[in-house]
Amino acid sequence: MNVAIIDYGMGNLDSAKRAIEEAGGNPYIIKNSKDLKYATHIILPGDGAFPDAMTNLKKANLVESLKSKVLGEHIPFLGICLGMQLLADTGYEGRQMKGLGWIKGEVKRLIPPKKEAIPHIGWNEVNFIKKSPLFKDIGAGKDFYFVHSFHFICKYKNNILAQTSYCGKFNSIIGNNNIFGVQFHPEKSQKAGLQLLKNFLTL
Amino acid sequence: MLKTRVIPTMLYKDTTLVKGASFDSWRIVGSLMQTVKVYNMREVDELIFLDISASRQKRHPDFELVDDFADECFMPLTVGGGISNIEDTRKLLSVGADKISLNSAAVLTPALISKIAAKFGSQCLVISIDVKKTKGKYEVFIHSGTEPTGLDPVDFATIVESLGAGEILLTSIDLDGTMKGYDIKLTKKVSQAVSIPVIASGGAGSYQDMYKAVAQGGASAIAAASIFHFTQKTPLEAKKYLHGKGIATRI
Repeated sequence: MNVAIIDYGMGNLDSAKRAIEEAGGNPYIIKNSKDLKYATHIILPGDGAFPDAMTNLKKANLVESLKSKVLGEHIPFLGICLGMQLLADTGYEGRQMKGLGWIKGEVKRLIPPKKEAIPHIGWNEVNFIKKSPLFKDIGAGKDFYFVHSFHFICKYKNNILAQTSYCGKFNSIIGNNNIFGVQFHPEKSQKAGLQLLKNFLTL
Repeated sequence: MLKTRVIPTMLYKDTTLVKGASFDSWRIVGSLMQTVKVYNMREVDELIFLDISASRQKRHPDFELVDDFADECFMPLTVGGGISNIEDTRKLLSVGADKISLNSAAVLTPALISKIAAKFGSQCLVISIDVKKTKGKYEVFIHSGTEPTGLDPVDFATIVESLGAGEILLTSIDLDGTMKGYDIKLTKKVSQAVSIPVIASGGAGSYQDMYKAVAQGGASAIAAASIFHFTQKTPLEAKKYLHGKGIATRI
């Protein structure tokens, strides 16, 4: 399993790389599109702001080559945290910005109805709504580690694979065929997170 | 439901894990790497690593060492000590830290708080506030508790929140290492003044102390060192206790 981890200057690659190794994959970090050809799986990690991330992806000429791999060749793709949010049509972090648009929806700030702190930091339950090979051997309502202030609002319900309660409910796992996005950090979610990555590698 | 976190704090000098009392009389506790591996196996919620000599020695963090222990952590980790600029932050995040903690720099160069928040996001920025009582009043101290600042912790917490801090690690220097319980009054004052998570730190000697910090102090998480280093008590047992008292924890 050659797992390409995209380095576009948005932090936290080492953790993702280590976790993929631990999950039995062979991770390699790529900064430009030409190294993408060896990939059997692609991970788009990311911490930081939506507009910067899209700008960096475009600058590195990664958008088109990712598109041909993921939408053309149907290589399994996992977006983590900001990497999940970039799958949306539009983001509203700081300023309005177009995303990859691979899963229909928008990324907006979490709005606390009560006295809930933002960012949403910590361990919270992920409740599976649909069946997915990604969930194999992971118990219902397991805790995963979240750090985010924005969330993905899906246009179509069938893209929602799991939800988490905070500021009401938000979508914590989304999917569309070979494309998956997780709002939490599987690389930081101990055994449950490593299992999810193992499952991703079997796709 | 968001879980209340129980976080072991790892204070280190070089590669040695240490623990003191009231930021003094440091004792060697063990090897940093071995302890990290044990905590990872035990699936703790999170770890906080603080290099206690970096700032006083006016040096940068030991990035290689952080890289080494981050590789063993499949849980979130916060790294502090010696961070004085954006480049230190960038390097720490790139070697696997999830959050960085500013202490002295937050007081000396508050502009760094907003710079880091703007560049990397508030979620990765913990401001560590060390507090000592002087003449009956709470006061913020820096450089591992050696230098008074004249700042009131509640005022300072409000300021760092407005500048973009994501969390506050609030430590009572007076109670640190004493295992006499957290400073509930201080924790409550600060957690009521800000809307970002406050991690209570300093003084945990029992699971009951942890419960009080959350239930009465309003802490979102509790950090502890001595209780885990020097007694048979464990983070998992602590979380089971809290759970039994009606506080949501990850068990």
